[in-house]
Amino acid sequence: MKCIGIRDNSVSFLIGGEAGQGITRSGSLLGKAFMRGGFHVFGVNDYQSLIRGGHNFYVLRASDERIHSQADTVDVLLALNKETILIHEAELTKGGAIIYDEQTELGEGEQKRGDVGLFPVPLSSIVEELGGVPIMRNTVSLGAATALVNFDVEIVKGVITETFAGREDIAELNRKAVDMGFTYAKEQYGDSFPCRLESTGETRERIMPTGDDAVALGAIKAGCRMYAAYPMTPASPILHYLAAHDLEIEMVVIQAENEIAALNMVVGASYAGLRAMTATSGGGFCLMTEALGLAAMTETPIVLMVGQRPGPSTGMATYSAQGDLLFTIHASQGEFPRVVVAPGDVDECFYRTMEAFNLAEKYQIPAIILTDKYLIESHKSTEPFDSEMISIDRGDLLIIDEWKMAEEYKRYRNTENGVSPRIFPGTKGATVLANSNEHLEYGHTTSEPDKVLAMVDKRSKKQEALRREIETLQPVKTFGAENADIILVGWGSTKGSILEAMKMLRRNGVEARFVQVVYMEPFPVEAVGEALKGDGRFMLVENNRTAQLGSLIKLNNGFTFEHVALKYDGRPFNPGEIYAEVKEVL
Amino acid sequence: MVTMQDLATPSKNTWCPGCGNFGILMAMKRSIIQLGLEREEVAAITGIGCHGKMTNYIKVNGIHVIHGRVLPVATAIKLANRELTVIGFAGDGDAYNIGMGHLSHVARRNPDITFVVHNNLIYGLTTGQTSPTTKTGHRTKSTPRGVFELAVNPITQVLASDASFVARGYAGDMHHLTELFKRAIAFPGFAIVDVLQPCVAWNRINTYDFYRERVYKLEEADHDPTNLMEAYERAYEWEERIPIGVFYEKKRPVYSENFPFLEGEPLVRRSLEGIEISELLKEFS
Repeated sequence: MKCIGIRDNSVSFLIGGEAGQGITRSGSLLGKAFMRGGFHVFGVNDYQSLIRGGHNFYVLRASDERIHSQADTVDVLLALNKETILIHEAELTKGGAIIYDEQTELGEGEQKRGDVGLFPVPLSSIVEELGGVPIMRNTVSLGAATALVNFDVEIVKGVITETFAGREDIAELNRKAVDMGFTYAKEQYGDSFPCRLESTGETRERIMPTGDDAVALGAIKAGCRMYAAYPMTPASPILHYLAAHDLEIEMVVIQAENEIAALNMVVGASYAGLRAMTATSGGGFCLMTEALGLAAMTETPIVLMVGQRPGPSTGMATYSAQGDLLFTIHASQGEFPRVVVAPGDVDECFYRTMEAFNLAEKYQIPAIILTDKYLIESHKSTEPFDSEMISIDRGDLLIIDEWKMAEEYKRYRNTENGVSPRIFPGTKGATVLANSNEHLEYGHTTSEPDKVLAMVDKRSKKQEALRREIETLQPVKTFGAENADIILVGWGSTKGSILEAMKMLRRNGVEARFVQVVYMEPFPVEAVGEALKGDGRFMLVENNRTAQLGSLIKLNNGFTFEHVALKYDGRPFNPGEIYAEVKEVL
Repeated sequence: MVTMQDLATPSKNTWCPGCGNFGILMAMKRSIIQLGLEREEVAAITGIGCHGKMTNYIKVNGIHVIHGRVLPVATAIKLANRELTVIGFAGDGDAYNIGMGHLSHVARRNPDITFVVHNNLIYGLTTGQTSPTTKTGHRTKSTPRGVFELAVNPITQVLASDASFVARGYAGDMHHLTELFKRAIAFPGFAIVDVLQPCVAWNRINTYDFYRERVYKLEEADHDPTNLMEAYERAYEWEERIPIGVFYEKKRPVYSENFPFLEGEPLVRRSLEGIEISELLKEFS
């Protein structure tokens, strides 16, 4: 397998057009083909909150080494409309290619770059000849791109066959469309374009999920049996995926009437003894905050994913941000233990979701998986998840048919570590009473000062035990050089861009280390303290305006960052942007 | 079989003497006994308000939740464990104000749960403000010039939401209320019983006397509970005569039937070990 790019050993494609032109589907389809050809891939979509029109694009990057994010420049632009050329031409690498419909009417001087190659293809004519629908122009362009980088067109056709499984006539049309685009480009342009994605036929089993897919799979593997949610970008794909598989995975999947109902359903299911979860974004999470407190007070385990997007309010519904970190940690009234975990890539989305289910049940608390649009809607190739890596731990849950103890069952029995054994309501010889009011051990309401103190302290003891356990769960991960010139500190989805920036720095003789904070609450003070030791310059990298991880580190570790790189325009960092920030301070 | 004593709890009752809630509590306990249910077979869900103390006063499984959210919690409990008899309790504020957004959706979803609304036409626990069922013109602490809005008519509301079992009870008629609860609990699907509950502290209009003079039983009035239009007509009666009993009753598929895997052992009893995802991963490879 060989990957030759223009700037490095990766090739980046940008496929752009209007909403409704099948942009994301085409991009991910090509990505899957490259993955099957043995390459590592990363794909990110950019779209607006509308159904038709507007401008959408999907950036796909492939390489023969592991990659973690998009690149800064584009090598091949697949322009399904003129606007794509005008908007994205500037992002092209010198020597890059523009594949576009030969019917596109470019006015005098509209196409400005003279240092890129123009590769017109009769996209519309080919579709017309095939008797296809206009959306198929994207498939023809995929064929042309495949030819330009000398990739195996049969692999692309194989993915098409699967994509349109059950609709053989449509599959056949699309295979023909790819073939004709491929043949046209081969005949017209031969080997004139320098980028290469040549498969040697040796492939390794890989998967290309999004973060949403990975969270959903983690939930399935963790034994989640109820998923209730209200549609909200960027979390909706989890609802779609689980709903499509509900019968085979035996999961009750409900589109609730609103987010309030969704989380309350999860609380009800979990009180009854199920593992249950919901997912939403900031606005939906606002509606859930009261039920979050209900889960905390009743000590009912729940798992909730928050997929951040820029706010306040509706903000930019289809873009990405890390502005809800402090909100997530503090949401809902009163004081109670909770887990907030922030995975940084698709693998962590899977494993940390499983871990979240375990922690929620072990400590009978809310566990929040904090992600963002960039992380959960982007595709990344990786090894198939090892579903045995994390085993199921339901904590102090007694699965018994009958309560036979002499002492009556008490839902909130005050134990040494504050965790009270759970049983299922329905267990013979016992009744399970949960209460959102402050309560006695049995569950009855109380406001007696000494009883209140005992119960507040009981919940607080769980916090201490949880804090100790978090420190053992690799709450902070470090990557890169031991003795680094620059130490980049970040969390969540910035991980990918930071790792790519480190590659660029290394090529330019700068050694960097990356400190990824994974657990946000309870905050892993010891692990963070350890990671921040030593010399070197520290730079905080976040997708928000106010450096929220920075304030947590300041609060918990008393550490102030000398350098801060913040981006808050709804777009993820490109590696080059982080590279430039580092170069500026070194 | 459980006895009255079995259903008692050590919690000290703090309802006002004469409160309509006593009648509702007693009728519910009688229903459980007469239906032959065991304590562990029942799950009670309560909201916020005076009614919310029900879970403190009746020894069955229970979860006291937050204002207006009884129905989603109850729906999920039933799906998780089909063997439980799930009964939600709410006040008029709970059910028809803050929780109104759930009511029509749960009605159309039709889970096999019972929903008892303690409807006293006033906010009691928060000391006497208007409720959504308080009648127009009624002066309360928050409406010193009288309520401006029209009152919610719970019966027409839920009829319009296609609730499959719609009934009204009266806390002052224990025998009738017990029979109503038994029918509602036994009904397969969403069954709502709106209970007229005199509030002796804050509602000086809708008193025991007020109801005693007006209530009549649909069962004795030649009412056909399968006739939706007749149910609507009866639901609009109030000033002169107030009907109690079953307004409307029509069986239709319950929500859990949409999930065939819920048949058999309750979902909560199934093991979480060894769930295989390798087939699912193929979609991504």
